[in-house]
Amino acid sequence: MTDADETWEVNRAKDGQEKPFESNLPKKGALGQALAPVAGFGITLRNFFKPTVTEQYPRVKTPPMPRYHGRHQLNRYPDGLEKCIGCELCAWACPADAIYVEADSNTPDAQFSPGERYGRVYQINYLRCIFCGLCIEACPTRALTMTNDYELAGPTREGLIYEKQDLLAPLEDGMLQAPHPMVPGTTDGDYYRGDVTKVAKEQTAWVREHRPDDPTLPENAVMAAEETR
Amino acid sequence: MTATDPKAAVDTVTLTIDGKEVTVPKGTLIIRAAEQIGIDIPRFCDHPALEPAGACRQCLVDVAAPDREGNVRPFPKPQASCTMTVMDGMVVNTQHTSEEADRAQKGVMELLLINHPLDCPVCDKGGECPLQNQAMNMGRPESRFVDVKRVFEKPLALSSEILLDRERCVLCQRCTRFSKQIAGDAFIDLQNRGAMQQIGTFDENVLDFDGYSPAGPAAEDESGRAFSSYYSGNTVQICPVGALTSSAYRFRSRPFDLVSSPGISEHDSSGSAIRTDHRRGKILRRMAHKDPVVNEDWITDKDRFAFSWQNQADRLTRPLVRKDGELVEVSWPEAIAAAAAGLKAARDGKGVGVLPGGRLTLEDAYAYAKLARLALGTNDIDARARAASAEEQAFLGSTVAGAGLGVTFADLEKAPAVLMVGFEPEDEGGVVFLRMRKSLGKQQVFTAAPFLSRGAEKLAATLLPVAPGREAGLLDGLVGDAFEALEADGAVIIVGERLAATPGALTAALKLSQKTGARLVWIPRRAGERGAVEAGALPGLLPGGRAASVAAARKAVAAAWGVESVPSAAGRDVDAIVAAASSGDLEALLVGGVSPSDVTGLTDAIDKAGFVVSLEVRRSAVAEAADVVLPVAPPSEKAGTFVNWEGRLRSFATAIATDALSDHRVLDLLARELGVELGTGSIGAVNAEIAALGAAADSHRPKAPTAKAGRAPKKGDVVLASWHQLIDEGALQDGEPYLAGTGRATVARLSPATADRLGFAEGALTVTGEGGEGVTVPAVVTDMVDDVVWLPTKSPGSWVAQELRTVPGNVVTVKVGA
Repeated sequence: MTDADETWEVNRAKDGQEKPFESNLPKKGALGQALAPVAGFGITLRNFFKPTVTEQYPRVKTPPMPRYHGRHQLNRYPDGLEKCIGCELCAWACPADAIYVEADSNTPDAQFSPGERYGRVYQINYLRCIFCGLCIEACPTRALTMTNDYELAGPTREGLIYEKQDLLAPLEDGMLQAPHPMVPGTTDGDYYRGDVTKVAKEQTAWVREHRPDDPTLPENAVMAAEETR
Repeated sequence: MTATDPKAAVDTVTLTIDGKEVTVPKGTLIIRAAEQIGIDIPRFCDHPALEPAGACRQCLVDVAAPDREGNVRPFPKPQASCTMTVMDGMVVNTQHTSEEADRAQKGVMELLLINHPLDCPVCDKGGECPLQNQAMNMGRPESRFVDVKRVFEKPLALSSEILLDRERCVLCQRCTRFSKQIAGDAFIDLQNRGAMQQIGTFDENVLDFDGYSPAGPAAEDESGRAFSSYYSGNTVQICPVGALTSSAYRFRSRPFDLVSSPGISEHDSSGSAIRTDHRRGKILRRMAHKDPVVNEDWITDKDRFAFSWQNQADRLTRPLVRKDGELVEVSWPEAIAAAAAGLKAARDGKGVGVLPGGRLTLEDAYAYAKLARLALGTNDIDARARAASAEEQAFLGSTVAGAGLGVTFADLEKAPAVLMVGFEPEDEGGVVFLRMRKSLGKQQVFTAAPFLSRGAEKLAATLLPVAPGREAGLLDGLVGDAFEALEADGAVIIVGERLAATPGALTAALKLSQKTGARLVWIPRRAGERGAVEAGALPGLLPGGRAASVAAARKAVAAAWGVESVPSAAGRDVDAIVAAASSGDLEALLVGGVSPSDVTGLTDAIDKAGFVVSLEVRRSAVAEAADVVLPVAPPSEKAGTFVNWEGRLRSFATAIATDALSDHRVLDLLARELGVELGTGSIGAVNAEIAALGAAADSHRPKAPTAKAGRAPKKGDVVLASWHQLIDEGALQDGEPYLAGTGRATVARLSPATADRLGFAEGALTVTGEGGEGVTVPAVVTDMVDDVVWLPTKSPGSWVAQELRTVPGNVVTVKVGA
């Protein structure tokens, strides 16, 4: 027996001898002490009558709080042009190095965003993203925002690197798929200030000329709807 | 200071800045004096290389100076420290010590920001912007300006390369001062007054029209607008805000995103210092690096913008070997073995010709020179992918090679007189032109040329009119002003590489230099020309200027290389190699960075040669026709040394680390396979060897040339004059459409008398050489030598070596119309 073991034994012997254990809980009365063994069922019974908090997640999807930091979205202007100008500030703001952007020049034949440049490659790696939202704050055109979509799991690494087409906001009714020219007579400043509110005739005409089968053209939208019916 | 100290002679002034006493030469600006003692005064318009303007008012400081009685009295208002020179006993208080100066600077900052857009997040300058930095340091956190900011249409394209965002401009006039004072191309200027003051393209309808009009119709580009400058990129670099941007870099990246590596430009023989900014292994931009002895603050647009050639889709990364008529990718050992086998067979047969090209570093050229002599046993090596002659080789060997630092940029600037022969300062010299222009008014410039080019005109040069091929006669018979000017102490004669095509010209230049006492300097065009001469990549020259024809020189080189002997048979020069390969006298060719379009007949020679090995960066026309293609590194991916025309060694390190091999390493591998240890595996080894060899003893050098002038052409014959324009269709300018847009339009030029004789009024001319098809280009009548037609050597639609199959100085056929 070593010295240490001996000390252990001595201390053990002293345990509870000098000061016996005393609970801090209030002492119960006689009835309370008698019912103590089944008092726990009371909690169970009480909860029968409270509203349930269990979420039936895969079957029932509960919306999170409005400002929840979920999957990113690359927004569009009301005429369908992309807001992203490929400036890469989001990539620079990102503390986790999750964003990769490659920009390219808009040309008269392929205008994706108002102004001179657009994001040709846009990737967010959701294995790295920590959903801090610094990219959202950095974005000078409010092209990048966060949605409430939290379902970001997958079986492959590649699948969790979201590409531009995965991140782009869907086209709403009345929007025209980019590329197409800007509304005639406007600048990127007008777009930014919200002065462009809808697709102009000239834009529709341009798309009609260059991509007559585009499903976002009004006439094609009707046909598509008929087919669905 | 001792009495012999030259500084003692300088008048000095002692003043106090922020309580610190400083003594500076008389005439120093307050802002420079403050810099000397480490006091930083914010500024936008001030630039040490430009004349003071006092345009931005950001450098306001409190100044007190002694009056007539000697009482130090303060100026009533803060003064601009960038325009005020120091005086004895002056007391200066900057923003660090004076509340008044601080308040004044803050006020200026607020005014500057009134119309400056807050688009830093999307501005190219953001992150390296003096305005941004100073606004962060001393600006207000919140703007008091509530009205609408002034806006302009943006960007305004000054040229296809230079774009102007006028709303960002703070009107510091750095760009306009640069273009007027340094480059001499006033293509932008201040326009309007007051709130509408702005920088605009040159327009004679606004104030400050200085009477300059373009040299002629040819000086305008296709759009009819006056062309922009060859040096316009410098304005982008010195712009203190993001107002001037280049099309090539605009919105491409952010400064804090870039890795910067110092380097040396591969575009001309000046060896300008550059900074290569790259990311993810790709060059995004190149900037001028300050080098006071060479390029000072400036580089040419070619140095700055022409870098995308190396990252084109046809970049080679793996060796190629021709199998069943097709080039297929193979491993390095297989390719080296195939190349060695083919070269060995040819060496043991009729021989191998080596054409390294004029763009190599000293180390690469040395490896070529050594490989040719040791592994291939031949002197058939010539790095001159241009007109070349034996006379030129004798000149280079006797005067240039191993001469060390000769005439320098500083000598050129200080020279009281300069005579240029076969040399265009702007088109072929680049920053040489800027250095000479610094001495405008203090230097007499003479140019022996068929007409006064725009560059020569901007140097206020006196034209010594001469038809190409007749330079020898002109130099021999030079009398009068030009001769007397060249007798002045420090005068310089510049000869260009084009003189190789003129028999007797270099001999005459040497003679003139001896007669007048003027120093002679050879300024070639390509970056590797001088290095190739030093390394012995010429048929008659061994390293260090040793003549291959002198037995003692051969023995010295053989001893240094540790071999019994080096080949003694006279080597063929570039034209002879091409002719021999075409006729089957040479069985194989080893070709480096040579464009077949630069050497007449090379395409045929490559087709006819039995075996061709190409060391190339890209899948060029040579590579396409070669049997083995060995990929080599472009200058940004390797280390090395360019020898500039001064003879200055311009070493540079690898900017972007890749697994691409330098030529000298590839040749080392190739030589090993041929059974020779070349010892050129590393830069260090090559440089140690070159240093150990040293320059040749005078008795080992070739003799100075003694060629006779050629015969005058028959009366009525039209002679071709031609030189490369700075921005043309050179292989190193591929893939840069914005830069190409700033080049000068292709035109032929002829004199009024010649035009009359040919019946030409306006339209196009067709010029045909001896064996070529000829070119048809628009022509202009210029005040120039009669019976001469001038064409740019490699501009769009005018590839002289390939289409005309002739060299300047030869007779051509000229026809009016297509």
